[in-house]
Amino acid sequence: MNKENRGPLVHIVKRGSIPWYTGWLIRGSAIVLALIVCALVTTLLTGENPIQIYAAMFKGAFGTPRKIWILLQNLSILLCIALALTPAFKMRFWNIGGEGQVLIGGLASAACMILLGDKVPNWALICIMVAASIGAGALWAVIPGFFKAKWNTNETLFTLMMNYVAIQLVAFFVILWEVPKGAGKIGIINQSTQAGWLPQIGSYKYLLNIIIVALITIGMYVYLNYSKHGYEISVVGESERTARYVGIKVEKVIIRTMLLSGAICGIAGLLLVGGTDHTITTTIAGGRGYTAIMVAWLAKFNPITMIFASLLLVFLSRGATEISTIFGLNHSFADILTGIILFFIIGSEFFINYKLSFRKSAKKEAEA
Amino acid sequence: MKKIIAMLLALVMVFALCACGDSKAPEETPSDADSQAPAEEGGAKDLKVGFIFLHDENSTYDLNFINAAKSACAALGFTEDQFIFRTNIPEGQECYDAACELADAGCSIIFADSFGHEDFMIQAAKEFPEVQFCHSTGVKAHTEGLANYHNAFASIYEGRYLAGIAAGMKLNEMIEAGEFTAEEAKLGYVGAFTYAEVVSGYTSFFLGARSVCPTVTMDVTFTGSWYDETAEKEAANKLIEGGCKLISQHADSMGAPTACETAGVPNVSYNGSTLDACPNTFIVSSRIDWAPYYIYVINAVMNDEEIAADWTGTLATGSVVLTNVNEKAAAKGTVEAISEAKAKLESGELHVFDTATFTVDGKAVDSYLADVDSDAKFEHDTEAIADGYFHESEHRAAPYFDLQIDGINLLDTKF
Repeated sequence: MNKENRGPLVHIVKRGSIPWYTGWLIRGSAIVLALIVCALVTTLLTGENPIQIYAAMFKGAFGTPRKIWILLQNLSILLCIALALTPAFKMRFWNIGGEGQVLIGGLASAACMILLGDKVPNWALICIMVAASIGAGALWAVIPGFFKAKWNTNETLFTLMMNYVAIQLVAFFVILWEVPKGAGKIGIINQSTQAGWLPQIGSYKYLLNIIIVALITIGMYVYLNYSKHGYEISVVGESERTARYVGIKVEKVIIRTMLLSGAICGIAGLLLVGGTDHTITTTIAGGRGYTAIMVAWLAKFNPITMIFASLLLVFLSRGATEISTIFGLNHSFADILTGIILFFIIGSEFFINYKLSFRKSAKKEAEA
Repeated sequence: MKKIIAMLLALVMVFALCACGDSKAPEETPSDADSQAPAEEGGAKDLKVGFIFLHDENSTYDLNFINAAKSACAALGFTEDQFIFRTNIPEGQECYDAACELADAGCSIIFADSFGHEDFMIQAAKEFPEVQFCHSTGVKAHTEGLANYHNAFASIYEGRYLAGIAAGMKLNEMIEAGEFTAEEAKLGYVGAFTYAEVVSGYTSFFLGARSVCPTVTMDVTFTGSWYDETAEKEAANKLIEGGCKLISQHADSMGAPTACETAGVPNVSYNGSTLDACPNTFIVSSRIDWAPYYIYVINAVMNDEEIAADWTGTLATGSVVLTNVNEKAAAKGTVEAISEAKAKLESGELHVFDTATFTVDGKAVDSYLADVDSDAKFEHDTEAIADGYFHESEHRAAPYFDLQIDGINLLDTKF
């Protein structure tokens, strides 16, 4: 071999477009590899049988009808937040504030339930709750949106800080409304009257939430792909200058999109407080405002793909819980497995966009 | 390229071997189960019990419950498949879901350990009338009117009082050694919230200390969280800087005990011994042993007996216990003084909240309506003082003593 020709052993080349099945082959093998690594880690660290662990994960996620309902409920909330963030992300507006927008929407619902619970008829209360939580979520998102549009402030930091403001506000109101005094907990709101509880469809506690999020999913898909607004969002996202050049009012698009983004987060808050938990705590969003960012990215901002991305993440977390229950392992161990699997899945995107060229092929080219 | 492919292939084969090797393991597990099967006959029929814990064993609070659950199951001769532990269950819909899943899995009794689980346990209890739901530290069972929903607590104020005696004796020893004057004797207390359980706890601790060290006062500060290691550590440091000579706490992390160990200030702990982490400053710890309650409930269900809606564990039931006294840090004679006071408490000769031993705003208290029936209105509904003492944990298991007595100085009350 000619010494001067010696390049690096591997170099990275951007792929052109690849057929869809190659992409899925890479993703599939990433998951298989991830499972193998998880199996090794499991055996080495705990001495448990990995096959049993995987079986337990499936059982934990799909084992009984109730488990499936819980899975779908968790999926729908995570999906709802991811859908909310998507238009902002497509516009290259890094809305890290999902957590805060959900919380503030939930806080608005809880406030209506506590303050108006016995003052207005139930249908009116629910209408007020819907308006209040959508409004609160939208407000929480439009503030950073407005500052970005007017003065080009950094939206990542701004939305992130709005999360902390929302958490502290919730903490404040929890202490204000706590039952009994000094407990630091609100407990279930209107447990006896069920005032402000979103209606239950038949005997299915979580069905309403699931249907609402399904509708939002379809709506968001249509909005992003077939509406003028959706088109404007992608143009602004691709290039603000192009957008200005073709006459799109960028400020208006930013503010409008953030209103929408926050409003849907507000709905997620409403579904959590009015639909399932019927209480408000600082942890009710449970970090899903951040997890949703990963869902949106994994799905490349496609609302339909997002269903599967949320399913994967919810499956992993539900499965993880089951593992810690059955095998008596600490919950952190399940988180390690989730981390490994996500690492491989995110890593596989690299191999879809790039390929590795080895030195030998370069030599062959030189010979030819 | 070939080399790399060969390497990859080799790796894959290694992985495959591991995977195959592992797949043989399942055969062993059933045989384990078989070998345990005979024990089941001697044990408790086919009863299954579920436990819900807020955190896992890293929290001293939950560890206390987990240990109790384990020892109760062991005492009853339960096999592995007769109990299910669910850890890290938040105080939200997750608790309801977990309770229902345990009921689905065939549990006849479901226990939950955290105050905030209560409403969600009630939701589940309404849905599964044939399953018994037992919630520790809750307050609603006696008014909720659900036949299958039960609360439990223990007269932990008696344990705190005894721990307070150990604290007072330590202060006396330090005064005698000339470390500070009797007037400077001040305790520090890190509380979570201004909740009755905490108020009852620090007041009984203080009364215990004052029963042996009459000049003592106490500063109390609140962290606004049941588990916040940093806040608890800072709170303890603040108290120590403020001149507190001995610290105790009612919050669930190791924050305050480790701050004391670092500063060399003696500490009276809660929930369990912190001797391993604090060998030089740990004196004693009071805690509730939940095993007697678990055993009581499980036995009641096995014998088709009624379970009390509101059960109070006491010194006599073995629910209120003190850890071993750390002779290295405690004053001489602590063990004897504690057992003497304990005997008096048990015989009824001594009452922790004896109205002759404390005043509020300079006046003795002869009547007090406590908020026993919990609701959003905080109505003070039950006369708690009779026969010269405040009847704590008698009208309801969970504490309701919330008087601010003289001698205790609250540094902040924002939580």
